[in-house]
Amino acid sequence: MSTLSQNPLAGPALRAAPVPSQETAVRTGRVTRVFIYLVLLLFALFYLLPFFIMLINSVKPLGEITGGNMMALPREWTVEPWMAAWSTAQIGVQPTGLRPYFINSILMVVPAVAISTLLGALNGYILTKWRFRGDTILFGLMLFACFIPFQIVLIPMARTLGILGLAGTTWGLVLVHVVYGLGFTTLYFRNYYAAFPTELVRAAQIDGAGFFRIFWRIMLPVSGPIAVVSIIWQFTNIWNDFLFGASFAAGSGAPVTVALNNLVNSSTGVREYNVHFAGAILAALPTLLVYIVAGRYFVRGLMAGSVKG
Amino acid sequence: MRTTRTWTAAMALACAGTLAAAQEGAPVEVLHWWTSGGEAAALNVLKEALGEQGIGWNDMPVAGGGGEAAMTALRARVTAGNPPTAVQMLGFDIQDWAAEGALGNLNDVAEAEGWDEVVPEAIQEFSKYEGNWIAAPVNVHSTNWVWANAAVLEEAGVTEQPETWDEFIAALQAVQDSGKIALAHGGQAWQEATIFDGVVLSTGGPDFYRAAFIDLDPEALGSETMVEAFDRMAQLREFVDPNFSGRDWNLASAMVANGEAGFQIMGDWAKGEFINAGLTPGEDILCFRVPGTEGAVTFNSDQFAMFDVASEEARASQAAMASNIMSPEFQIAFNTVKGSVPARTDISDEAFDACGKKGMADLAAASEAGTLLGSMAHGHANPAAVKNAIYDVVTAHFNGEYDSATAAEELVNAVEAAM
Amino acid sequence: MAVATVRPGVDWRTRLQDVLPKLVLSPSLALILFFVYGFILYTVFLSFTNSRMLPSHDWVGLANYRTLWGLSHWHTALANLAIFASLYIVICTAIGLMLAIFLDQKIRGEGVLRPIYLYPMALSFIVTGTAWKWFLDPGIGLENTMRLWGWETFTFGWIKDRDMAIYTIVIAAVWQTSGFVMAMFLAGLRGIDNEILKAAQIDGASTWNLYRRIVIPLLRPAFLSAFVILSHLAIKSYDLVIALTGGGPGRATELPATFMYSYTFTRNQMGVGASSAVIMLMTIAAIMVPYLYAELRERDR
Repeated sequence: MSTLSQNPLAGPALRAAPVPSQETAVRTGRVTRVFIYLVLLLFALFYLLPFFIMLINSVKPLGEITGGNMMALPREWTVEPWMAAWSTAQIGVQPTGLRPYFINSILMVVPAVAISTLLGALNGYILTKWRFRGDTILFGLMLFACFIPFQIVLIPMARTLGILGLAGTTWGLVLVHVVYGLGFTTLYFRNYYAAFPTELVRAAQIDGAGFFRIFWRIMLPVSGPIAVVSIIWQFTNIWNDFLFGASFAAGSGAPVTVALNNLVNSSTGVREYNVHFAGAILAALPTLLVYIVAGRYFVRGLMAGSVKG
Repeated sequence: MRTTRTWTAAMALACAGTLAAAQEGAPVEVLHWWTSGGEAAALNVLKEALGEQGIGWNDMPVAGGGGEAAMTALRARVTAGNPPTAVQMLGFDIQDWAAEGALGNLNDVAEAEGWDEVVPEAIQEFSKYEGNWIAAPVNVHSTNWVWANAAVLEEAGVTEQPETWDEFIAALQAVQDSGKIALAHGGQAWQEATIFDGVVLSTGGPDFYRAAFIDLDPEALGSETMVEAFDRMAQLREFVDPNFSGRDWNLASAMVANGEAGFQIMGDWAKGEFINAGLTPGEDILCFRVPGTEGAVTFNSDQFAMFDVASEEARASQAAMASNIMSPEFQIAFNTVKGSVPARTDISDEAFDACGKKGMADLAAASEAGTLLGSMAHGHANPAAVKNAIYDVVTAHFNGEYDSATAAEELVNAVEAAM
Repeated sequence: MAVATVRPGVDWRTRLQDVLPKLVLSPSLALILFFVYGFILYTVFLSFTNSRMLPSHDWVGLANYRTLWGLSHWHTALANLAIFASLYIVICTAIGLMLAIFLDQKIRGEGVLRPIYLYPMALSFIVTGTAWKWFLDPGIGLENTMRLWGWETFTFGWIKDRDMAIYTIVIAAVWQTSGFVMAMFLAGLRGIDNEILKAAQIDGASTWNLYRRIVIPLLRPAFLSAFVILSHLAIKSYDLVIALTGGGPGRATELPATFMYSYTFTRNQMGVGASSAVIMLMTIAAIMVPYLYAELRERDR
């Protein structure tokens, strides 16, 4: 989701402050409105469907799933699968459930999101308010980094982490996620700050404010909306990453996606689908929560980041 | 000078401290993909045995795709210069890693415990590299098994266990005529290849199997016999329900278990699913070799490959772990759960069910007769690149892309291109 | 352009202020140069070696590229990518735009609908893959359910059909990202000046014409952003295929990303895998570089 905010039509100066959401002034007739509601509801069903399947099957006993209709409501409700997925399911040789791995993920996600967002903000600030020759090319280089397929960096990254002594540590993972998130966060903040009046920065400078002071006092306080976008984006991506987690984390330090994969993907063992679905929902709860709680700010942040024409 | 001496003393003290701690036994770090309830619990037996000897266990499970994800993680670990102590591995992967010079040496413990005498030679070929023991085999699975629901068979009037291919086809036909699905199958490349193991062995016999899959002789691969093997695959295709594609193997097993389907051709790990469904192997669920392959066994064997670890203490723990893996107690505890049979032939079969007993007897007999053959489908006949090339052809044929003659031709080309 | 030079008189502090921005930017830049461009160069290098299980340094020239283009497998993957990417991009954009326009009509319950449309982007396919696989499976999913509900002739077996399976991948992919595209268009719509719309309505423009002539052209930046995001997601698609079909039936749904992973990590042909990665990178560059060039030049003007 990179160039959300590239704006070739760069119109009149865009407000940096959050724009209050305003609905369209276009009027529609009654029949049209009924149709619109119908379509919107149908799509809501479409989006909810997989989640619905996961949810109802996570509260059925296993026998009802393998022997019956997966779309049917449970004949017998049970929360057992949820308990199992949380605290007693076999992840490795020990029946720990997903619980301990949540902590690992949080220990990894929080610093990685914080560092990449802060660096992105600084980069965006420099690239828009402290411009120098060649800054556009540098930005282009950073942007292209968003598109590198992760599979190809696996081997050289492993070697590098080994040399740095970070192999198998949480900090190694943090480094990896910061590096491959930088392109995105820089992009968000650059486009957001581009709309912020440079005159204000100049005026502050004449008043004797330095580089960091301006950033801290002037830029950061207005960065709320775009910070939300950046944090949501980074949080979901890092939380959901499996490839790096499986390759660069040591066993008990593995993030929750790796544990979930161990739970659902065992190759030659018995598959407890109800536990799998319960575990899947559990592992997804933090990201779901972030989307639901911060969702409204998300669209607002995208707007402020100027997708508008 | 003084400071230097103090420093040296401090260093010496620190080292001594480390050594003392290590005497407890350096922990082993184990990369594996046994994460489902039963097998993970079985592995826990090993962990506890080591714990009693003061050796810790750092668990590093990475499931997915029959070990594919674990092998990717392993590459990252080795490239980082930080290999795990022991890694669950299959067949040619072990030899490939040994060729990279990444594996350690277990000769001392192997000699002390006489592994050479008790482990079947065909399995030793994977556990040894250039004459040195590099891995400890945990189990032996075999792939040329047919599982059948006794009740469904009875209902369809199949009273005799099919001995030949034609009898097998007749039995499948009878089940189909009774309105059930004759052959439960999941359309994934490896499952089709698993069936192909048995079919090729049954069509051409052990020598042909060896020539085609182990020696990769182009003449055998493109021969009339191979065309006939593909014809038999096409025959089986007729007995599969229309909805087979992409189905997981255990759902296919469930179809047999709950009486929807009559037969399944699958490795012995399927047994766990049947036991889990409350059926008794040998009574409710019949097990027999793919008709025409009696006397021969296509196997795959999970092993723990031991990586080259730096310190003396880590090597001691590694040896202790290998010794525990080979102990009769662990072999029995693990294999009764896993559905496989022990990797050594001198163990009592008392704790095993009917199918397990038969599996153990078959293994010993096949090993004796020289008909214990590595499974192509599970990477014990040829290296990964060749195996996957064969998968491509078998799957394409099974899905109707090639006729049998073309498939045999393509098989020769594909194998050649992958070598 | 540096703002600091506005001040007359060069003391150490001003000079520091001049250097500071570049100093602060440099760690990020160094990280990216090394971890992105360095690694890309390394991959290019690997593609010319006979690396199998681990990287090796034996030069083999173009042999891997010859092998690659000789594999029918790779051609299938490319053809699939063409089908998948074009459908995915077009459908996601269409659905996203439609939902955004509809949701922009003072809809009651927007606060409930919006997160419902957005949430699939929050879930990884490790999580939803199984649910989708079941739903699409004729034996246990939609087809079976419809028949149980009495619609006996209902058939939906695409996932089992060699020729149709790739479309099921499109469905699941559209499910995952179209809501996100919706959010982008919605943000664009909310940014349009309502005065323009009111004026046009007073002039008697029909709603249809209003959108076709005025609103959609104004959304051009959102279209471009959506295109870039969707095309890079299409090229990178991996989890989706693995979770849904594993590349099957047969090899019918193999994509370049799954091809690359399987050759690099499971088939022990790292050289071939690296060469396919290089082709993928070239494709991405072919799409992205002109776009970035045009965008950034506009900005600079």
